Amino acid sequence: MKKKEWCMVECQEKIAAGIYSLWLETPSIAEQARPGQFVSLYCKDGSRLLPRSISLCEIDRKNRRLRLVYQVVGKGTLEFSTLKTGEQISVLGPLGNGFPLEEAAGKTVFLMGGGIGIAPILESAKQLQAEKRLILGYRNECFLLKEFEKVGTVYTATENGSFGIKGNVLDAVREQELSAEVIFACGPTSMLRAVKQYAERKSIPCWISIEEKMACGIGACLACVCRSREVDRHSHVHNKRICKDGPVFEASEVEL
Amino acid sequence: MNTKVTLAGVELKNPVMTASGTFGSGAEYSEFVDLGRLGAVVTKGVSNIPWPGNPTPRIAEIYGGMLNAIGLQNPGIEVFCKRDIPYLRQFNTKIVVNVCGRTVEDYCEVVERLGEELIDLLEINISCPNVKEGGLAFGQDPRTVEVITAEVKKYAKQPVIMKLSPNVTDITEMAKAAEAGGADVLSLINTLTGMKIDIQKRTFTLANKTGGMSGPAVKPMAIRMVYQVAHAVKVPVIGMGGISSTEDALEFLLAGASAVSVGTANFYNPYATTEIVEGLVNYMKNNDVEEIQELIGSVK
Repeated sequence: MKKKEWCMVECQEKIAAGIYSLWLETPSIAEQARPGQFVSLYCKDGSRLLPRSISLCEIDRKNRRLRLVYQVVGKGTLEFSTLKTGEQISVLGPLGNGFPLEEAAGKTVFLMGGGIGIAPILESAKQLQAEKRLILGYRNECFLLKEFEKVGTVYTATENGSFGIKGNVLDAVREQELSAEVIFACGPTSMLRAVKQYAERKSIPCWISIEEKMACGIGACLACVCRSREVDRHSHVHNKRICKDGPVFEASEVEL
Repeated sequence: MNTKVTLAGVELKNPVMTASGTFGSGAEYSEFVDLGRLGAVVTKGVSNIPWPGNPTPRIAEIYGGMLNAIGLQNPGIEVFCKRDIPYLRQFNTKIVVNVCGRTVEDYCEVVERLGEELIDLLEINISCPNVKEGGLAFGQDPRTVEVITAEVKKYAKQPVIMKLSPNVTDITEMAKAAEAGGADVLSLINTLTGMKIDIQKRTFTLANKTGGMSGPAVKPMAIRMVYQVAHAVKVPVIGMGGISSTEDALEFLLAGASAVSVGTANFYNPYATTEIVEGLVNYMKNNDVEEIQELIGSVK
């Protein structure tokens, strides 16, 4: 049986404008978690019913801790940003499939993150044994850089050119003349669309993590679907459930 | 102590059911609750052929509730019969299959096909606000409600529940029409049509523009309508709309519902259904209620 559990806030800090880093002590979620999975966080304010799905940024299995790095985008995430050490929060997870690290082991791999989509890339980068190219795209302010620098070669891009290359993750790839045998990416849809096209043009196997508003988070309500190229085995239409069949999909499987 | 209730001759071990569309066909939630403890599982609406549903975003949160415009995505009746019914039959619970369609013929085709299956009740969705044809269009005119009910009844091998829309001036008119058409049971309420606007993007929050409102915020309206309908017809009524606790379920029973469905609450509390089953038993114990029947409609 799956469990929704109370987790204790170990610490929380603001790491960039509107971006928070939250460490949780979990009874059992951290032990089961894989990179690229997510959790559903529930608000204390009962007027906000639906869970907020937040990706796992770091998994400390040994100490049963999870690190979530999230952006304040509305009232729910604003509530989370006020959580203090010792407070409890209701969490369901781990949910979703995660990145298929086995597909990339030993190869040259792009691990690409854009904006808050950088968060789930960190744990994947930590666990993956491969030739890693960590390509991070920011609007203007960098975060999690130190953590990434510990696990591989980092290439950064900012929209305004304030740090690293001016442009996006693919501009960084072009400018640095980088190449890869496998791509893992998470970020805004516009970025994922571009990465998917790049991977298709270069015939590189590519997995992308997609975001959508969720209700149940477990595959029952069909709120968070994305268009699939083929008729999906479960839905029998051109739809896949992001929460259950994803959030990570082989880029060629889905239409963005 | 007896928690059993009967709907058109079908005996449920307790009055707690799931609301269509919030529980899939039970498989996902069976990882949280023992489906065998529920009075019945009501499946997500199924149509004659697979339906892709609406574009995303399909949901939006509102104060104390949510809007959805899933658009009745479903794999179609054949896959449903092959995969979902056998799955549910592993559990000691009653199976209610929700049926949707675009035309009267669509509904009848699905209902006829289900005649071959070992299921307990049919629930006919004539009240979905999120599909252009069928759905709500059928549920807002008493004459149409009566005709479609009578047509469905011709093909149905199992007792028929007609699911009513709250998006009408007088829900008792629709209830009486469904009863006149031969409905065995009525269920209400489906969602209330709503809208949310994204002020940053200056557009509709839902791709479908409108969506069905559900959750705790709709409960008082649902209770009022269940009360009105229970007094207007002789057939049993299944009450739903914002039930998230034992107290909510009791309100519906006292207002006249013979059974209750838990919907949106599943999304934020996957244990809601079985918690309510337990809660009802505790309430009966604490209040010396021997038969749950004593509660049903006892607030007049």
